[in-house]
Amino acid sequence: MQGDEACAEGAVAAGCRFFAGYPITPASEIMIRMVHRLAQVGGVFIQMEDEIGSISSVIGASWAGAKAMTATSGPGISLMTEGIGYAVITETPCVIVDVQRAGPSTGQATRPAQGDLMQVKWGPHGDNEIVAFAPWSVQEMYDLTIKAFNFAERYRVPAFLLADEAVGHLRETLVVKEEVEVFDRFKAPNLPPFGTEAPNGVPPMPAFGEGANLLVTGSTHDPWGFRKTADSAVQARLTERLVRKVQDFKSEVIETESYLLEDAEIAVVSYGFTARAALQAVKSLRKEGVKVGLLRLVSIWPFADEAIVDLGRRCRVIFVPEMNRGQIAGELKKYTTTPIISLPKTNGEVIEPVEIVEGIRRPKT
Amino acid sequence: MKDDKKKKKKVSSIHINQKWCKGCYICLEVCPKKVFEKSKEVSEKGFNPVFVAHPEQCPACQQCEMLCPDLAITVKKEN
Amino acid sequence: MNERISQMINPQAFPTPFCPGCGHGILMGAVLRAIAELEYDMKKMLFASGIGCAAWIPSPHFKADTLHTLHGRAIAYATGAKLFNPNLKVMVISGDGDLSSIGGNHLIHAARRNIDMTVVCANNAIYGMTGGQVASTTPLGSRTSTTPEGNLERPFDLCKLAEACGATYVARQPVATPIPLTRTLKKAIVHRGFSFVDVPSPCPTQFGRRNAFRSAYEMLKTLKDSCIPLEKAKGLDPAELEGKVIVGEFVNLTA
Repeated sequence: MQGDEACAEGAVAAGCRFFAGYPITPASEIMIRMVHRLAQVGGVFIQMEDEIGSISSVIGASWAGAKAMTATSGPGISLMTEGIGYAVITETPCVIVDVQRAGPSTGQATRPAQGDLMQVKWGPHGDNEIVAFAPWSVQEMYDLTIKAFNFAERYRVPAFLLADEAVGHLRETLVVKEEVEVFDRFKAPNLPPFGTEAPNGVPPMPAFGEGANLLVTGSTHDPWGFRKTADSAVQARLTERLVRKVQDFKSEVIETESYLLEDAEIAVVSYGFTARAALQAVKSLRKEGVKVGLLRLVSIWPFADEAIVDLGRRCRVIFVPEMNRGQIAGELKKYTTTPIISLPKTNGEVIEPVEIVEGIRRPKT
Repeated sequence: MKDDKKKKKKVSSIHINQKWCKGCYICLEVCPKKVFEKSKEVSEKGFNPVFVAHPEQCPACQQCEMLCPDLAITVKKEN
Repeated sequence: MNERISQMINPQAFPTPFCPGCGHGILMGAVLRAIAELEYDMKKMLFASGIGCAAWIPSPHFKADTLHTLHGRAIAYATGAKLFNPNLKVMVISGDGDLSSIGGNHLIHAARRNIDMTVVCANNAIYGMTGGQVASTTPLGSRTSTTPEGNLERPFDLCKLAEACGATYVARQPVATPIPLTRTLKKAIVHRGFSFVDVPSPCPTQFGRRNAFRSAYEMLKTLKDSCIPLEKAKGLDPAELEGKVIVGEFVNLTA
């Protein structure tokens, strides 16, 4: 099955019953498969007039009770950015698939890249705690889409699948489980839907039509949803809770995989499609006796800061191959003073194992 | 006889919610029978509040109630 | 307001933030009266709005499910909610700039799709909340904060726009005539399909002061005097219609 198609399968398995989208290469295949699958499971599909309409109707449907999703690429994320911020402050669970392509701007529509990692988190103005995963296989296009839905419901945040054109159009075997673990949004009819004293910081979420007299708004609001645009205490409480409800519990989301790191002196940190080449590079260097290992980031946001701190203590240098100009390499520098060597590649082609090997072997100036 | 008909009250009450009123005076200007007047004192909100000066003249048209932007006027018809 | 209406609002949100004499306050009352007269259950309704003074009509004043969205996007948000739960009775109440400028694309497509919702445009022909900037509906020659010497651009006729896009109920009634307005709102709400009501609603603060209106009442009177029913307007040529506001039902197609 194709990666994009597997993503659609994962969405349906996770309980997605609303999809709104707009055609864009290389994500259109997700939309096309969702038309057929949602018809089969009694869901709702609409092709909207633009990406802004897509994210808007996804949020509206989520408040009507749906597990809702849209799929796009970099230019579409740019358009959806304001809506993503709205989902953050209104705490609307939703899944946004970004099948990344070469940018900036229109760029190369049919070529892969990993350039949108920072955008999904920092695109909207203000502080945004979101969840994002980077699949490296067709299987993960399925599995991580399910995780995205579950964590969107768990934290009441927009959740991203940071795929790319390579894994989106890749064909591999997909194993579909009979039973899929699904997490649903917390319901509690008489509690305020936009504020809580509960330790996990996540309020219950009613739906339209349940008689809750919901006051959904993108303005700063109190726990009942009343606009409080001149209240400093309310703004402080809200902004802090929106960050802490994810950050304080990030160990539930953060997922990494280690390969040959036990005795490694050199580390490679990689994610998404590039990690396939990184693993190959690490294996071939090991055959030559180089003590190198790979840390694969499965989740991108919240960031695996502790894993990096630990890696920095154990290794003397960290290489970061990525299909951008060093976005995650830059992020690593926040958590360790161990030298980080960025191995960027932005020619619209995937990184090959031999390029990573050469990058590691290259004399450092 | 005609005078008697004119004097028959059509409303049981005209109430102005002074907490919600903002003193736009639409009611005063639009009333066909000049039921409302401005009081001489300035309220703590900074304007001369409107009061019901001639309730007996009210034709119960409810234009004041419908045109009040603040839902501050309630005209209760007789019966 | 009467007893019935008092049950339909959140009293803690009053007095409203609207300026004294704001037409949108009058429209708020007309919408509530229309729903009350139809005896609709507020619990089955969804009110979506964008950003601006008009968007504050339902949010947070109405005791019902309200969805205060982003500038221009209310119709798109409402489309998602309506499609997933078709039992919701959806009303979008927002401003002229919100619905026809930044939100223009969503307006034309929802009309084209004939989505079952009622869109009420609180049309004050200006961007009021942000300090009185020119809008896509501002009359030629009017003064605004960004057209201090008079607007050089022609405005939209929102009813013609909605009709061209395929809306199946299109009407215009100003806040100056609350009884025809309430009657029209009721028809628009009951209509199955995409209904659009253009409601001229004066802004005494931003528009009025810049264009030599001395009071909210004066704006309402001028507006009322400018109205001409569609039947009468049909017989006149464009020169005679200069400065007139054509009111009535432009489209009323049953499914």
